[in-house]
Amino acid sequence: MTLLEVKDLDVGFDTPEGEVHAVNTLNFSLKAGDTLAIVGESGSGKTQTVMAIMGLLAENGHVSGQALFKDKDLLQMSSAELNNYRGRKIAMIFQDPMTSLNPYLSIEKQMTEVVIHHQKLSKSEARAHAVEMLRAVRIPDPERRIRQYPHEFSGGMRQRVMVAMGLLCEPDLLIADEPTTALDVTVQAQISHLMNALRLKSNTAIILITHDLGVVAGLCDRVLVMYAGEAVECGSVEQIYYQPKHPYTKGLLDSVPRLDQPEDKGLHSIPGNPPNLLSLPQGCKFRDRCPRAFAACTQQPPMHIDEGRHAYRCFLEEPV
Amino acid sequence: MNDRVLRVQDLAVHFKIREGGLMRAKIHTLRAVNGVSFDLNAGETLGIVGESGCGKSTLARAMLALIKPSRGRVLWLGEDLGKMDEETLRKKRQDLQIVFQDPLAALNPRMTVRDIIAEPLWTFFPKIARVQVDERVRGVMKMVGLLPNQINRYPHEFSGGQCQRIGIARALVLNPKLVVCDEPVSALDVSIQAQIINLLKDLQTKLNLSLVFIAHDLSVVRHISDRVMVMYLGRVMEISRRGNLYKKPLHPYTSALIKAVPVPDPQLAREVVETGLTGDMPSPLDLPAGCVFHGRCPYMVKRCELEVPALRRLENADWAACHRAEELDLTIGKTG
Repeated sequence: MTLLEVKDLDVGFDTPEGEVHAVNTLNFSLKAGDTLAIVGESGSGKTQTVMAIMGLLAENGHVSGQALFKDKDLLQMSSAELNNYRGRKIAMIFQDPMTSLNPYLSIEKQMTEVVIHHQKLSKSEARAHAVEMLRAVRIPDPERRIRQYPHEFSGGMRQRVMVAMGLLCEPDLLIADEPTTALDVTVQAQISHLMNALRLKSNTAIILITHDLGVVAGLCDRVLVMYAGEAVECGSVEQIYYQPKHPYTKGLLDSVPRLDQPEDKGLHSIPGNPPNLLSLPQGCKFRDRCPRAFAACTQQPPMHIDEGRHAYRCFLEEPV
Repeated sequence: MNDRVLRVQDLAVHFKIREGGLMRAKIHTLRAVNGVSFDLNAGETLGIVGESGCGKSTLARAMLALIKPSRGRVLWLGEDLGKMDEETLRKKRQDLQIVFQDPLAALNPRMTVRDIIAEPLWTFFPKIARVQVDERVRGVMKMVGLLPNQINRYPHEFSGGQCQRIGIARALVLNPKLVVCDEPVSALDVSIQAQIINLLKDLQTKLNLSLVFIAHDLSVVRHISDRVMVMYLGRVMEISRRGNLYKKPLHPYTSALIKAVPVPDPQLAREVVETGLTGDMPSPLDLPAGCVFHGRCPYMVKRCELEVPALRRLENADWAACHRAEELDLTIGKTG
């Protein structure tokens, strides 16, 4: 069954300099238990896509299109209706655990608030449930730690608390926005393992947002690559990593510094910089940085769809 | 070695931290850098890697005499930076430059690119002619891959990667001999990271700079470093030449850091084993006795709890601080 279907999503922001087109005609869907990675550089629209779905856009933002969650359009819901979904059926882990926990409230208060509200548990039941969740994310001595405040936890521990909070109500969908970017590599690996274990246990669908293709490979089934607000390629992890079609995807893959390849192999980079969202170029948004660009790229390229649901936006049949 | 430019000897930086009320305040000592020694040669690139809180940024600042060490000394071309009077030290700073982590935060938003890059020139040569300044600024802009006609723009008109190029241009404008880059690419997107690393590598060769490149991830420093130093809780765990460190690390912590780097390959990534690291880094306010890494080390023995391992030169001329360095074989497998 399709859990989430996003159709023709557009997100824009009114700014004093003009309209910023953050997301343009984006389509994707997700089944229960799926893991989808949305990959792209800063400004590619990956975060604003999920912010729009969750009804968390900034005041100057506007959205059109559809985001059907179990056939109900989240974009048409009032804030009160959305609150029945947020935290309960759809949970979100934000990038920076430092700023997304309230420094004035104990971990207990922040964790139990959600379950008391949504699941109508008593205080002590909620507390027991929260302790159990903290234990699941391997916080040592959870009965004691739950009474502490965010500043008493290290960065990795705080992110584990965020993961525990996200999973408290056993959501159908967990959205994780760069959950490991602010963390050290050894902690990154721990959090990835943890999310994977919890997914296998509870069949939660996950949308993982990241700029780093390295962290996606072990965790996700499907990958959506975004550039300047558009989907440029979408496929299974195997398709994306072993047969990338879009030159941008290829460039991103080659830019990841790898330890499993010889060190004299120079580090590849994509020349140039992402386009300004205030004045997007006509046609293919990537063409200024693309090694394969030619005359036709001044027109908007079509989305090819191969057998096996591998889609890419390019004029060339075999761009890479 | 005659071409040694920098020598750091037993350097320590301790911070005093006050905790509790006015009357019964307790003073704790945070040992950010705790006895670090190494040499740097002319034209060499040293990568320094460690997780947050390991003291790498404090070390960078102490190395350039931007903060006062609690112990030890830094010799620049044989002269002790800590013993110089202010004016001599100020003149020496021409040779010693730094590039910061967050490119946008390190640039004054109200200054043009010209003024940002030229500021060190005005500071050291107040009587320099404006034409000369402009010529030099345009020269370094070109060198770091910026368009010289963008000289009158402001930082907000540039992307993160371009801002980091401005930061590098500012560091290079005085023709320094040593540039310390403190996590210069951590705030940048992957595709731009590679641009900046390649740029630094080119400049290093072209200008025969000595470079210290700090990162929290071993994969980032690999392409640029001749030697890599791994730090943990203010101490050096290992300093090895690149060719050895990534193939056969000498310290269990280095090996854990290597294994933690994600592999962008779905099949390999699914096979990847746990790093063997458990728990979190202990607080630098309350350092464990013995080896600082013993609580998380999969190879820990009784001796590690009692005795601090010295940084020792091992047979292949690489250095490690581990009691068991000789007996452990930490060769990295194909899956990394």
